[in-house]
Amino acid sequence: MTDLFSKFDALIGEREALLSHGVRDPYALVMESVKSPTVAMCNGKETILLGTYNYMGMTFDPDVLEAGKAALDNFGSGTTGSRVLNGTYAGHRDCEEALKEFYGMDHAMVFSTGYQANLGIISTMAGKEDYIILDTDSHASIYDGCALGNAQIVAFRHNDVEALEKRLKRLPPEAGKLVILEGVYSMLGDIAPLKEMVAVSKAAGAMVLVDEAHSMGFIGENGRGVAEAAGVLDDVDFIIGTFSKSVGTVGGFCVSNHPKFEVLRLVCRPYVFTASLPPSVVATAATSIRKLMHAGNKRAHLWENSKRLHQGLRDLGFSLGTPEAQSGIIAVIMTDMLKGAQMWQALLERGLYVNLARPPATPAGMTLLRCSLCAEHTAEQVTEILGIFEAAGKDVGVI
Amino acid sequence: MTDRTATYYRIATQIEPFNKKGVELTEGTTFASDLEWDSLTVMDFVAAIEDEFDIIITMNMQAEIETVGQLVATVEKLTA
Repeated sequence: MTDLFSKFDALIGEREALLSHGVRDPYALVMESVKSPTVAMCNGKETILLGTYNYMGMTFDPDVLEAGKAALDNFGSGTTGSRVLNGTYAGHRDCEEALKEFYGMDHAMVFSTGYQANLGIISTMAGKEDYIILDTDSHASIYDGCALGNAQIVAFRHNDVEALEKRLKRLPPEAGKLVILEGVYSMLGDIAPLKEMVAVSKAAGAMVLVDEAHSMGFIGENGRGVAEAAGVLDDVDFIIGTFSKSVGTVGGFCVSNHPKFEVLRLVCRPYVFTASLPPSVVATAATSIRKLMHAGNKRAHLWENSKRLHQGLRDLGFSLGTPEAQSGIIAVIMTDMLKGAQMWQALLERGLYVNLARPPATPAGMTLLRCSLCAEHTAEQVTEILGIFEAAGKDVGVI
Repeated sequence: MTDRTATYYRIATQIEPFNKKGVELTEGTTFASDLEWDSLTVMDFVAAIEDEFDIIITMNMQAEIETVGQLVATVEKLTA
């Protein structure tokens, strides 16, 4: 008899070997309490959070919390149903209105997670005869959306405009095509050349979907993302986003100007066959989204933090994922998993939490210490962060 | 030289820079076990083949290709 778990033996072995070096399990951290968007208690120690997606620091915003509490009192703890049956409350509609206002678009559809938004839109929009053209470094939810559907999948080299254009030209001109791009690629924190990519996609008659999970709220004059910053928002057919990053809660969405968009509510399985978000969640999301529309000062401060941390880490001699700060994510490249885990632990013991990322999540088999900044990080905290990186880096012997 | 043989040699030339261990090539050579390519190498190699023959090998097709011979057959079909 075959033990179905035997396929994981290599991973179990790798993990045991790592832990035998005496490093703490980097994937079993518990935050005992959370004091603010930038500070939590971990292992009894006050820890600066530099590995959350809380870019705009909305999780403790008083208006957001108030809206959530009121919704709990007035609508209860959950909807116990699908959006298309008993799971659409006034709050869900209001949240979709907030998204339409935020993006200046005609339609918005709220999903239970960002993962499900990609799963649903991608698997539903591209049928068996259609082509999906995607960047090789696309997020797992994009690949999983492709796997759930049955379209023909074509991959092109990461952020390579010419590779995309060449492949589009080789496809049958009459075939349906969906080009899938991301504003910010979350592992290295690099941004896509959307202006050029959207132009070649439109020239080939393709529809374009851009996942702005890591840019919403922060990048672009109104925080609409990299497509706004690149001046191509009007040419993008679908923007996918999430509430679990800048918005500060959980949920996913798609916005679009397509006149037939609303039909997706009937045919999109990851929208139909799951329970809708709790009323308190959509209330906090709607409040947060409306506040993010007018958060220009916070956006400016987050850019300052990101640029300063990037420069500081470079000056200390760390190897980074991008030549300059392009987003709220700064990836420190480590030589291997053991060094990465040792550095991760050395940072944590000094009171700093970052993400340790490893393949298959990372490109080119890299081990990364991913730092993501928050608009609520103070200048003093950034100074402290750089000091911790210097001490830990020297201790572990990576700088 | 038949067209198929010509295709085989063109593909063999493309395999060369990725054949780090100098594995001897036959039609039966497998990409995963014999050449020991990981998914990243496969992506780069597929891009090279696509550009060499001016074709698209979708990820759906790639899932069916295990050996050099199967790749030759696929390329033959796509360029016919």
